Amino acid sequence: MSIISAENINFSYATKPVMENVSLTIDKAQIVAIIGPNGSGKTTLLKIINGTLFPDAGQMLIDGKETSRWSRKDIAQKVAIVPQETAVIFPFYAEEIVLMGRFPHLNNYRFEDKKDYRIVHEAMEKTDTIAFAARRFDELSAGERQRVLIARALAQEPKVLLLDESTVFLDLKHQAQFLALLRQLNTAQQLTVIFVTHDINLAAQHADRIILLYSGKIYAIGKPAEVITAANIKEVYDVDSLIDQNPQNGLPRMTLLT
Amino acid sequence: MILIFLVISAGSLLAGSVHIDFGHVSRYLAKALTGDFSITSQEELILFSVRLPRIIFAGIVGASLSLGGVIFQAILRNPLADPYVLGISGGSALGAIIGILLGASSFYLGVPLLAFLGALATVFLVFVVAGGTRGPLPDNSLLLSGVVVNAFFSAAILFFLSIVNNMELHSITFWLMGDLSRASVKEICVAAFCLLAGFVLLYTQARKLNLIVQGEDTALQLGVNVERTKQWFLVVTSLITAVAVSLAGIIGFVGIMVPHFMRLVFGSDHRLLLPVSALFGASFLIVADTIARVVFAPAELPVGVITALCGAPYFIFLLKRKSH
Repeated sequence: MSIISAENINFSYATKPVMENVSLTIDKAQIVAIIGPNGSGKTTLLKIINGTLFPDAGQMLIDGKETSRWSRKDIAQKVAIVPQETAVIFPFYAEEIVLMGRFPHLNNYRFEDKKDYRIVHEAMEKTDTIAFAARRFDELSAGERQRVLIARALAQEPKVLLLDESTVFLDLKHQAQFLALLRQLNTAQQLTVIFVTHDINLAAQHADRIILLYSGKIYAIGKPAEVITAANIKEVYDVDSLIDQNPQNGLPRMTLLT
Repeated sequence: MILIFLVISAGSLLAGSVHIDFGHVSRYLAKALTGDFSITSQEELILFSVRLPRIIFAGIVGASLSLGGVIFQAILRNPLADPYVLGISGGSALGAIIGILLGASSFYLGVPLLAFLGALATVFLVFVVAGGTRGPLPDNSLLLSGVVVNAFFSAAILFFLSIVNNMELHSITFWLMGDLSRASVKEICVAAFCLLAGFVLLYTQARKLNLIVQGEDTALQLGVNVERTKQWFLVVTSLITAVAVSLAGIIGFVGIMVPHFMRLVFGSDHRLLLPVSALFGASFLIVADTIARVVFAPAELPVGVITALCGAPYFIFLLKRKSH
């Protein structure tokens, strides 16, 4: 059953159209990558999926219900997003940031209880951030901050996890750790993962399906081998590339030709 | 923090242009606590009808302004915001001045009422200028329109100051500098009620402030209805601070200084920040007002002078710290 489905979505900021006639369905427990050049509408699509932006025309459905009809809290229990970066104006501790992920599960008149703290600490252990729980968020490095934000999204206990270039600041070890974690959550808890990336090889290696966006339209959608072709890359990114296969798993692998 | 607040309140009961013994004060207080409100000596009269109401009033105003500071800084996501930036000072000053000029001071609650209306009208005007009646509210445009409206009002205030006669000039100037001596017991009760009710309303939503300062996108995706929450805070906070300003005049720097100081000590969790800022703001203004009463006793300084004298150096300190 599809957990996310978009039907003929149109969206524009002011008068500039950024999303034209986008339709897609994503099944439960799928891992989907969204790729495309700068300004092709990747982040906008994520925001439409998590209901922080509403389409001007067409329908965006989560669990068969339009995002505009969900309450903010209910949607936040289902869908979490790890943003690219957050600007921090006032000092918060890393643990406090992760604790905010529990907000959709709490009402206004209750403080977090033991269970919430347990979930938060588990999320921090999984992301290797527990060591700096008591440090200030704005004093962490970019990669550490990104892991804290990942922990916050995990603390939300979502059914769908949206990632907006969430691996760019991670070092290799933490990238591998994070990708393994995603796999594990995907198989054990049926987590649906949708990630935006500029790393074609990351998408090809880890996604069940890839959506290639090109100026607000879906240019190609399908299995990695169907989407990652030299012709598609040339047309969308205007670069020449060599596509061969990863000898271990046969998935497509791209090398830039310059 | 509660302890600090109590100690400071007690300390400032002792201080004043007429010396009253500590022993006497505690005896009078103990007597009042047992339910005996009869006033038998001049000392008691000073204590209960002059000092105590004034201390309570200073506390209320300090707490209101500090709460206003915490909340405006959070919802505008700007550490330099305070209740006055949104035009609450300019508007109520203009309202008060018009009131004084029209002779509203001869009516009961005349001037404070006009000041209050002025403050509310200004907040509304700032909202409209910022384009808040349709679509989402951009933080910067709200702040900018506050600055613009305030600048316009200062010009209007200066204009009025230059055409009025001496008597009126004196009372306007005192109002502009902030003055805690005029509020009546009834007015203090009204302000206390507004503060308490407002605080309860604000506190139930405090957790949402933590998310909003993380950025509106973040708050939205974590399940906060950002626009509604911001409007709610804006309305309730404007009411609390407008009440305080309309009764006490313009007392600068409390709203901007206290929240920063409290964040340094207690961190940024608003569930803690709101109550400690209210208490510390109250304590701070009580101290400032006590100083204002005592230094040139029996003459009094306007308390706004004291807060500004503390505030300006504090700001320089804050900026220096930031640049490191």
